[in-house]
Amino acid sequence: MHQGGLTGLPSVPYTEAPSGPNDFAIKLANVNGTGSASANALLMQAIFRMGIPVSGKNLFPSNIQGLPTWYEIRVNASGHTARTARYDLMVAMNAETYAADIAEVRPGGWVLYDSTGPLKKSLQRPDVTFLGVPYARLCLENFAGARERTLMKNIVYVGTLAALLDFDMSVLSGMLDEKFGKKPALRESNARAIQIGYDWAKAHFDCPLPIRLERMNATADSILIDGNTATALGCLYAGATVAAWYPITPATSVLDAFKTLCERYRVDKQTGEQRYCIVQAEDELAAIGMVIGATWAGARAFTATSGPGISLMGELVGLAYYAEIPAVIVDVQRVGPSTGMPTRTQQGDIMLCAYASHGDTKHVLLFPSNPAECFHFAVAAFDLAERFQTPVFLLSDLDIGMNDWVVPKLEWNDDYRPDRGRVLTRDEIAALPRFTRYSPEDKLAVAARTVPGVHEKGAFFTRGSGHNKLGGYTEIPEEYAEVMERLSRKHRAAAALVPAAVIEKRPGAEFGVISLGGCDLAVREALEQLGRRGVSADYLRIRAFPFGEDVEAFLESHDRFFVVEQNRDAQLRSLLVLETPVAKEKLLSVLAYGGFPLEARQVVEGILAQLPDIEDPDFADRRERPRRAS
Amino acid sequence: MSYIRKPAARHPSLRPNALGLTLRDYEGAMSTMCAGCGHDSITAAIVRAFHETDTPPYMVAKLSGIGCSSKTPTYFLSGAHGFNSAHGRMPAIATGAAAANRALTLIGVSGDGDSLSIGLGQMSHAIRRNVNMLYVIENNGVYGLTKGQFSASADRGSKSKRGEPNTQQSIDPVMLALSLGATFVARSFSGDKDQLVPILKAGLAHRGFALVDVVSPCVTFNDHDGSTKSYLYTREHQEAAIEMSFVPHRDEIVAEYAAGTTREVAMHDGSVVRFSKAPEGYDPTDRRSVMDWLAEHQSSGAVPTGLLFLDPGANPEMHAASKTPDTPLTELPYESLCPGAAALESLQRGYR
Repeated sequence: MHQGGLTGLPSVPYTEAPSGPNDFAIKLANVNGTGSASANALLMQAIFRMGIPVSGKNLFPSNIQGLPTWYEIRVNASGHTARTARYDLMVAMNAETYAADIAEVRPGGWVLYDSTGPLKKSLQRPDVTFLGVPYARLCLENFAGARERTLMKNIVYVGTLAALLDFDMSVLSGMLDEKFGKKPALRESNARAIQIGYDWAKAHFDCPLPIRLERMNATADSILIDGNTATALGCLYAGATVAAWYPITPATSVLDAFKTLCERYRVDKQTGEQRYCIVQAEDELAAIGMVIGATWAGARAFTATSGPGISLMGELVGLAYYAEIPAVIVDVQRVGPSTGMPTRTQQGDIMLCAYASHGDTKHVLLFPSNPAECFHFAVAAFDLAERFQTPVFLLSDLDIGMNDWVVPKLEWNDDYRPDRGRVLTRDEIAALPRFTRYSPEDKLAVAARTVPGVHEKGAFFTRGSGHNKLGGYTEIPEEYAEVMERLSRKHRAAAALVPAAVIEKRPGAEFGVISLGGCDLAVREALEQLGRRGVSADYLRIRAFPFGEDVEAFLESHDRFFVVEQNRDAQLRSLLVLETPVAKEKLLSVLAYGGFPLEARQVVEGILAQLPDIEDPDFADRRERPRRAS
Repeated sequence: MSYIRKPAARHPSLRPNALGLTLRDYEGAMSTMCAGCGHDSITAAIVRAFHETDTPPYMVAKLSGIGCSSKTPTYFLSGAHGFNSAHGRMPAIATGAAAANRALTLIGVSGDGDSLSIGLGQMSHAIRRNVNMLYVIENNGVYGLTKGQFSASADRGSKSKRGEPNTQQSIDPVMLALSLGATFVARSFSGDKDQLVPILKAGLAHRGFALVDVVSPCVTFNDHDGSTKSYLYTREHQEAAIEMSFVPHRDEIVAEYAAGTTREVAMHDGSVVRFSKAPEGYDPTDRRSVMDWLAEHQSSGAVPTGLLFLDPGANPEMHAASKTPDTPLTELPYESLCPGAAALESLQRGYR
């Protein structure tokens, strides 16, 4: 048994053994900055192209070069591609982490390692099979130059894995064509490296291993995309023209992708004019200020950041809330508090975003569970922000944002037109006897707004200071409260227009499970596993705040609910207790917040640990009982 | 309060501008500044500058942060959209508004606390980005609304109302802007409308960030002996470093220079700034000569004023650097922004 390992989680005997081909998890242990990332992505992409459900998770350090880094690939024919720390095969390419890596392999699994030098006796385990390939020697013999030898080592292990796991070689070959089509020399050396690894495995090992791939047709209508790219695509399709941001992991690639997409679709071929303006701000205070200035002037604008940036934006988020200015804020959550762990995932900003800023504020939050929802919710965020004239937070996380996910192909309806909300045109303003900013209100408690440069009669003073329903400065309690009451009604009205919750009922369900965002895959897998053990539960996936009637009705459907989320303080549970009539005692928590994507095992264990009436010997020896939120 | 609401009746002496609007049409709500506040004089100069440049009020966006100065946009151009934002954050909000709609004429009104302390970073970066706006600092060396603390522009050794000396080095927005690459840098005095109005007009015509630092005495907290931002001190130490006149583009530009003209600078809109009476060795278009001259003269306690530096070509304006079209981004039809379903389909072939 190992000592906790680098996942920070105790190993638990995994009772569900691989059920044949296309059901395994491999972990690749590398050194950061040695070119392993592209080799690992190549493997994952090849499996996707073989039509098999797959996920790839990059567990990387906050470092440019030298520290240990891991990549996990999970293959599952049934589509269960949440993270699992049950590794069937370890590709141990980092001698510094050998001990921990080898300890993590499940009994009966395999370790692939560089056998150029001997493996220390202390590292060996009788219950796993060691597959040694002299990678360093092979690269020394076949490639010239230190850099190429280092890089090609990764490609050689791709070849070994291709033989061990029965990759479709034509798929790999096709990918090399695409990647190196214009660089024949590089294509040749990569192909040669794959062949070297492949041949070695064929000559020395019993290929393929019992865990192996078998072509399927489950990904034909899917794409491979990370959440940040999908979010950027959503912003592009929503018609955002101004983006202001400050670089921060793990949100940076939202703006990188937005820029790339704009360069492709928003540059006039004749004149070179750019139909967008991206401003890299001096900090997040300025980034949100620029967004507010741009939307106030009538553009669609957004920013993307992570927790530390949200903390800084708090001040102006309150201004946008109170002055009723639309803003779209993408929060790709990482581990907090403070700097926390910038390259690890968490759902720790739920409460921060729900009530960001001083005074009474309450915001609209969207919780995408995968990149496809990032795309669609990004578009929805702009519509909601303008419809309700308020900041809207898109709460993604590092796992969704930076890892490649297999999701259904994104669909777009060309009939879509932005919902700009109540913005008065020149003629509408001209026809008014007098424009007043914060009244009259419509059914959604929203008043019409005007933008500068349209009509003199539409001019008014936007202010974060106390104002009355006409838009005038006030310090009169009743006038101030009248506006605040409407803002509260407005927030409640948004519940009917935000993405509805996803509810799955099961016959004979004894309790409900509630979750959000990137927990979805692990929760679904857990529910299936529980079902096989005779434990049936209904499932509610919350996709937005404010909570709709569907959420409230679900909370009445059982006496007991498990709220599964990735933070210490049960923030979703807190929000439910604060914002719905549910009795706090009915909500139990399952929490996993150490920084890695959620596993089904954690959910199953967390639930069973709190079901004293269910005796389950399979889980009897678990070492750490998840906490119960008080 | 310094003045009461004026009667609606139109005085026959009110001259309409090219838009048929009189000075009255550029005024705003009644001021709530203390009687005699320098800020009210600046407000009056701003009203005049907009009137004389025939700017349609509805095309103006007037923005401010927090503080006494930041209240003043209420007191001019009631026909313009106003944004009284948050302390020190106006530059970013103005940057966003400028990005969205480049057709707007932006004026930001700020104070020394707003611009030189809490908003120093944002102002510096707006200068660096060369956002197209007129940026006025109503500089009185003191926090008024919180009752008399020194601001970052208070000179070392100057005294507070209670006689306490300021021990810290001051931040000079003019020298700061020059070092940050500002393309239009001026200093004036609220009590010198003849100098201030043409500077503001040139600032409005300037394509890029026009910084106008205006010494604007605070009659309540900083107009005493020992203050270097009082009326008396400023009158005694103000020294017009250089004089200028602003010739709007609609006026015929005559070939011959007025007497004493040392240099003409053509603005992007066709108007011209004519400099005169420059001291020996002072070239208002040469950043280094201006910085050297100012460093030397300010060390003796002088307050050099005027349009001190102007180089419209020194640095591209934010939109020029961003290659955005002349049409404001807010005016672009959605169809020109969304690539559509077919493009998404073909893009996703690359996501396989």
